[in-house]
Amino acid sequence: MFGLFETGFASFYWGNGVMLAVGAVFLYLGIAKKMEPLLLVPIGFGVILVNLPIGGLMECIVQGKVVEAYTIGGEPAGLISRIFHYGLVWELIPCLIFLGLGAMTDFSPVIANPKTLILGAGAQFGVYFAFFMALLLGSAFPNIGIGFGEAASIGIIGGADGPTTIYLTNRLAPHFIGATAVAAYTYMAMVPIIQPPIIKALTTKAERAIYMKPQLRPVSRLEKILFPVTGAIIIILLVPKSAPMIGMFMMGNLLKESGVTDRLADTAANAFINILTILLGVSVGAFMSAGAFLKPESLLVFGLGITAFAVSTFFGVILAKFMNLFLKEKINPMIGAAGVSAVPMSSRVVQKMGQQANPRNFLLMHAMGPNVAGVIGTATAAGIFLGILG
Amino acid sequence: MAQETVEVPITGKITCVNVKPGDQVQEGDVICILESMKMENPILAPVNGTINNVAVNADQVVKPGDTITVIEF
Repeated sequence: MFGLFETGFASFYWGNGVMLAVGAVFLYLGIAKKMEPLLLVPIGFGVILVNLPIGGLMECIVQGKVVEAYTIGGEPAGLISRIFHYGLVWELIPCLIFLGLGAMTDFSPVIANPKTLILGAGAQFGVYFAFFMALLLGSAFPNIGIGFGEAASIGIIGGADGPTTIYLTNRLAPHFIGATAVAAYTYMAMVPIIQPPIIKALTTKAERAIYMKPQLRPVSRLEKILFPVTGAIIIILLVPKSAPMIGMFMMGNLLKESGVTDRLADTAANAFINILTILLGVSVGAFMSAGAFLKPESLLVFGLGITAFAVSTFFGVILAKFMNLFLKEKINPMIGAAGVSAVPMSSRVVQKMGQQANPRNFLLMHAMGPNVAGVIGTATAAGIFLGILG
Repeated sequence: MAQETVEVPITGKITCVNVKPGDQVQEGDVICILESMKMENPILAPVNGTINNVAVNADQVVKPGDTITVIEF
């Protein structure tokens, strides 16, 4: 009968208070500042829900006993722990989101200008740089518990790709998933703040003003159909572990480009991905309970994550400048910065800075090339990590 | 007098036009807003000069190479 009078207050501790504030900040940023609202609103509310004690949303049954927090190896018994378990731990949601992303992606800038594939790959250097940084830190301070899996999960944040980050972390360092997911999505939203100073530091005004003809060559329907099919075959043969993500991504794109499956492409790009986004947001938020998130490791993830992101931008621009040494028709080196997979935020940054330097410039489509190539690059980088460490 | 034609860079829809014939513009001024790929992209004046004619209207769907305006300088 005492259960009748049991409220959450007795179990509430300062950590829950901190996380409620974090959830409120997410809601504020999403609703008032319109920063990634489609993600921050469900994540923010998820954070609030799981930090109200004894609600049982994340309950798990471990050896016949109900525990309040999601436990690896336990059987999920709460609403959100079930979504989390069957959606994220079973790896369904991130891969299926890639199906929707594929149906939203237009590869024609890459097909028209395949050089941009190199830029999309170049920006992945940041991923490996942060991976080795994290490993070094981990070996210098063994008690922070950073091994290969944790380092890879932190490094992949540099690719600025949310679903890929979640997928890889879940495989290699599941206890980090709240921190890496939030870091990846936060930095994606902060692209317009993080990238411009790095691009400016690496380029002269004359380089930023380099004019590129706005019109790319028209791409035929046949090319658009062949790209996802041959792309999937080549990439998956090269990096087999990228199959779940690249396979779904290219299939989604084929649905869009085949011209005969518009109904499926429409569902994948709209209703389906929206449903998945709700489930993903709630489950990521739910992994930010005070006990799981308020740890020094989370700070480390955020610190190294932004390093990975900055270094990816750095290498993208440097690679573009390097390519210019050999190209007769120079490219604007800023489009290298769009090699991170934050689509279309990075492209917009490049577009805006290009116009500032030279009002004739319209770099949007040129930047979209490395940008969508970056998505392929990050998913492939994750596949390489899984192949080595998984 | 020299003329420069401002052309549409990518397919999209003109959401608003900020200039009319006879207006003086400075390099970098916004001539119109082109909505494409769910983004609003400003089209800027490439030179200081006078707007000669405006060939687009708000809500008009445009394709690459269409003339937006001619600036005399």
